[in-house]
Amino acid sequence: MTPASPLTAASAAPGKSRRIALAVLLLAICALPFLVTNYHTFQLTMVLVYAIALLGLNILTGYNGQISLGHGAFYAIGAYVAAILMDKWGVPYWATVPVAGLVCLAAGFLFGLPALRLEGLYLALATFALGVSMPQLLKYKHLEYWTGGVQGIVIMKPDPPFGLPINQDQWLYYFTLAIALVMFLLGWNLLRGRVGRSLIAIRDQPIAAEAMGVNNSLYKSLAFGVSAMYTGVAGALGAIAVQFVAPDSFNIFLSITFLVGIVIGGLASIPGAIYGAIFIQFVPNIADQISKAAPWAIYGVFMIGFVYLMPVGVAGAIRIAWARIRRGSGRNGQQ
Amino acid sequence: MDAFLNQVFAGLATGGIYASVALALVMIYQATHQVNFAQGEIAMFSTYIAWTMIDAGMPYWPAFFLTIAIAFVLGVLIERVIVRPVEQAPVLSVVVVFIGLLVIFNSLAGWIYTYTIKVFPSPFPKEPLHVGDHFFSAHQLGAVGVTLVVLALLYAFFRYTPLGLAMRAAAQNPTSSRLVGIRVGWMLALGWGLAAAIGAIAGMMVAPTVYLDPNMMSGILLYAFAAALVGGIDNPGGAVLGGFMVGVLENLLGAYVIGNELKLAFALVLIVGVLVVRPSGLFGRVHVTRV
Repeated sequence: MTPASPLTAASAAPGKSRRIALAVLLLAICALPFLVTNYHTFQLTMVLVYAIALLGLNILTGYNGQISLGHGAFYAIGAYVAAILMDKWGVPYWATVPVAGLVCLAAGFLFGLPALRLEGLYLALATFALGVSMPQLLKYKHLEYWTGGVQGIVIMKPDPPFGLPINQDQWLYYFTLAIALVMFLLGWNLLRGRVGRSLIAIRDQPIAAEAMGVNNSLYKSLAFGVSAMYTGVAGALGAIAVQFVAPDSFNIFLSITFLVGIVIGGLASIPGAIYGAIFIQFVPNIADQISKAAPWAIYGVFMIGFVYLMPVGVAGAIRIAWARIRRGSGRNGQQ
Repeated sequence: MDAFLNQVFAGLATGGIYASVALALVMIYQATHQVNFAQGEIAMFSTYIAWTMIDAGMPYWPAFFLTIAIAFVLGVLIERVIVRPVEQAPVLSVVVVFIGLLVIFNSLAGWIYTYTIKVFPSPFPKEPLHVGDHFFSAHQLGAVGVTLVVLALLYAFFRYTPLGLAMRAAAQNPTSSRLVGIRVGWMLALGWGLAAAIGAIAGMMVAPTVYLDPNMMSGILLYAFAAALVGGIDNPGGAVLGGFMVGVLENLLGAYVIGNELKLAFALVLIVGVLVVRPSGLFGRVHVTRV
């Protein structure tokens, strides 16, 4: 899978019409919670949570080419950090999110150090092992005082502040939306410039990148750390939204879900994280009505199908279609 | 001391299972330099096929061999239809395809057979065997025996038959093999078939102890990865030895040091440790790439 350079799209200065379109889109996103039920608002919050996590995984796997089959583990660490801080120390929910991010930044960086020596398949193996063993680590009896063991931790849903006339679900949606916007802006800034180019260079031609003066080891372990940080922030937000953490919800299939998300959304693409998040949030809900096993069968078929038929993912397909439309109308497109 | 010996022996028995799955992984790795993440799920699915036949009233051994044959065909088909198109693709595509296979088999098993655990029969007698003062479960002994028989058969196949020779040649040097008339593509498919068949045997041997459910192989696959890496991922004999070593170590550590809850973390540490300290394993060849 070699995604077409996504930077051309990302770094192109947004034109005036594009800015207006973005503003309208943002307005629509802000209006959504007032148009749908509370349950749907919760689902939309989860889309935002997943989008942050997928952006994190995309930084590592899509942009930097380091395959991670264990990002559910970092999501779990983020979720547990948030839950433990709220449950044991009474830290306010909004303060747990940056802490979760920092803890995961450190965890990811540390895991990234041995991962430097592993390439491709072997890294996939090591991270797969991390994903499979995470639930067991969370159940470990000497950590039970903090983690609550198999039962997990129940946390309270935060009330909207300043007496805002909205309900808890709506507030949580806006809170998550604000953080998601910040994270996406940061990610976009990080990836469109020098750092992003270095990451891509390491993915495509590690030796040439090294020769050009890119510090491969530093960038690779940093990519691991930053990627884990994004996923950890998402984990904390997810825990607050679901109001519950338990070891078995962070099994290997969560990690695989993230992989499904970036493959279908589009590797090495920032909007791809959003498309992927929409997919992994809503498709299982629809497929669940057929059978409990159906979502996974569909995931599997989609994964293999996308690798064969649409390796650029939904984001890539949209980009290609858009470029075609612009060429068709006779204008000189950027692509 | 008795308890210690029993732990060692129980470790050898589970080690036999890890050894078989590791062997299957190594077979595919040798031929294609791919690690089959779906190996465990294919084994699990084959075991369900065996369960269906036994449940329908078929005696154990015919069902056993029929399952091996079905698994073999399944493996060949997967290689021909699904894996072949991504043979030359980047690692990420290959991993995604394998993970896709993993979830498809897992969900198919859940869909068809539900997630409730099922009892899978053992072909060996229920009474434990006495050897001196020790009691051994007949099934554990039998499982180790079956693993060793499979290993011996494979060794003989690769060492003494023309087909085995052709398969080794195709794995080592595809281009030259093609020039001397070996159909390399089919050799790869054959390798997949054999791997699936070995996996099926491992599944049927492990199911009586861990019970049959769609997720029964996920832990075992991890240990098998660890075993293959410890032994050297391109060395079949090393993988089998690694399997027994991991089985014994896991059991002893579980019983005396870290407790049963952290056994999977042990596999994680082992995998990362081997990959970092000695990526070629104990018996693997050291690869040198020219840049």
